[in-house]
Amino acid sequence: MHTLFPLMKRLLFTLMLVIAAWTAVPAAHALTPGTEHSGAPEVDAALDGQAVEDEAESGKINPKEIIFDHLMDRYGWEVPFNHHKSIPLPIIVFDKEGHLHIFLSSKVEHDATYTTGGATFRIAGADSPYKGKVVQILSDGQEYKPWDFSITKNVCALFITVLLVLWAVMGVARWHKRFGHKAPRRVTGIMETIITFIYDGVIKPTLKDRAAKFAPYLLTVFFFILFMNLLGLVVIFPGGANLTGNIAVTLVLSVITFFITNIFGTKHYWKEIFWPDVPLWLKFPIPIMPVIELFGALTKPAALTVRLFANMMGGHMIVIVLVLLIFIFAAMGPVVTGATTVVSVLFSIFMLLIDVLVSFIQAYVFTMLSTIFISFAQERGEHEAHGDKHEPLPSTANK
Amino acid sequence: MELFKPDFGLIFWMFVAFGILFFCLWKWAWPVIIKGVESRADLIDKGVEYAQSAKEQLDNARAEADRQIAEARRQQADILREADKMKTRIIEEARDAARVEARKVMDAAKLSIDQERKQAEEALRKEVSSMALAVADKVVRQQMADSAAQRKLVDSLIDEMDRTN
Repeated sequence: MHTLFPLMKRLLFTLMLVIAAWTAVPAAHALTPGTEHSGAPEVDAALDGQAVEDEAESGKINPKEIIFDHLMDRYGWEVPFNHHKSIPLPIIVFDKEGHLHIFLSSKVEHDATYTTGGATFRIAGADSPYKGKVVQILSDGQEYKPWDFSITKNVCALFITVLLVLWAVMGVARWHKRFGHKAPRRVTGIMETIITFIYDGVIKPTLKDRAAKFAPYLLTVFFFILFMNLLGLVVIFPGGANLTGNIAVTLVLSVITFFITNIFGTKHYWKEIFWPDVPLWLKFPIPIMPVIELFGALTKPAALTVRLFANMMGGHMIVIVLVLLIFIFAAMGPVVTGATTVVSVLFSIFMLLIDVLVSFIQAYVFTMLSTIFISFAQERGEHEAHGDKHEPLPSTANK
Repeated sequence: MELFKPDFGLIFWMFVAFGILFFCLWKWAWPVIIKGVESRADLIDKGVEYAQSAKEQLDNARAEADRQIAEARRQQADILREADKMKTRIIEEARDAARVEARKVMDAAKLSIDQERKQAEEALRKEVSSMALAVADKVVRQQMADSAAQRKLVDSLIDEMDRTN
């Protein structure tokens, strides 16, 4: 254990340095190519195909557009130093007639329309309610939002994360199968340290004898979130997708936690919700307490969703804003721009280092809260068995 | 506000990806890892316990050995002392025996020497007396007629000689 700490420290330090280097260069470059073309501060023009065209004329950057553009999902994966090309990813849609269409995102880039098998698709413009999404152009010119199963940047990053987690965790499992009781080294050692940190530090003390039953889910969630968070901090492919800062991802995770909590909930847990130990008038004929309890059960996944989403998105947003400051101040002359550049880069490095910490903390917090929610639903009513009826309800503890 | 609108496609793929990940890890990874980690922890605990008891035993054994060595030293010293004592005793005895023997031999020798001397004296006396007699006889035969007075004279002379001896 002790020999691992210096190794981990060194690795973390290297990781931070690499991330810092990456931010300092590509994050800035993401906004710079425009200057090469125009030589003016309207650097945003090159940032992205659709949102920017109209602003290019005004010569002003629109920070909101840029920030949102970076936080949102997209159909291709941008490459460094080039805003006209991106790594094409497959678009998978069912058109209005229910036919399946699969084509590469490069076909609809830069406002192009693409007709395949009698259906025409394009990415909806800024004035459309489906802005930035693939829409079908019907024969009467109307836009129709098809069922969209595209492998977008986020979905692709999701797959990459899954593969990475599989590789890392399977490595530990393989080690245990092959070397049994030998002490693990390098990546396996780090992984095992984190696994035991979560398992012995969070899952086991909370769930006790039920730890082994729920540990697979909780550990999977932890590593999945951790890897997504850390990959999101890497600026170029295969990182840079704002995955955990996307509400769909956090929503799915917390919904799964919600289902596990309630499916494996004990009788006692359900009784606490629908018939808690309170005076009769509080639950009958108007079920005041059951309604409150039910809301309590429903707010838990909501809190989980928003907490992770907001934290990670906030981190990304701050870094982008700090870099954007350079270009906002670019209009005020070289001295101001230079000073802002230094300050902004330093601050964004600082923010990214904090984000590395936050990545870990948020994965930890999500796992810990999931564990606690699951353990609330595992109450077996020992209080009642001992006649301790006036004990505060366990499910009220988190309100 | 697009940020707060979950995208259906992403939700779908998220379920699929997470499902696959969870299934794989649940089936092939986590049980193995958790069991492995716990059994290793047990092994380490046992190892430490074993090492501690081994050390204790070793300490005991060392004390025992020390005790035995001290005992052996003591015995050795005893034996040496005993041997020393025995040696002096044997030497003493041998010396005594030798002394006794020597005295015996000396006494015997003295005795025999005395005897020899006495015999020699006797013989000498006889010889001398007979020789003297013969001499005297020869002398006196020519000079003296009275043999009794002559013998008396000779005897006194011999006594004189004897006394001087």
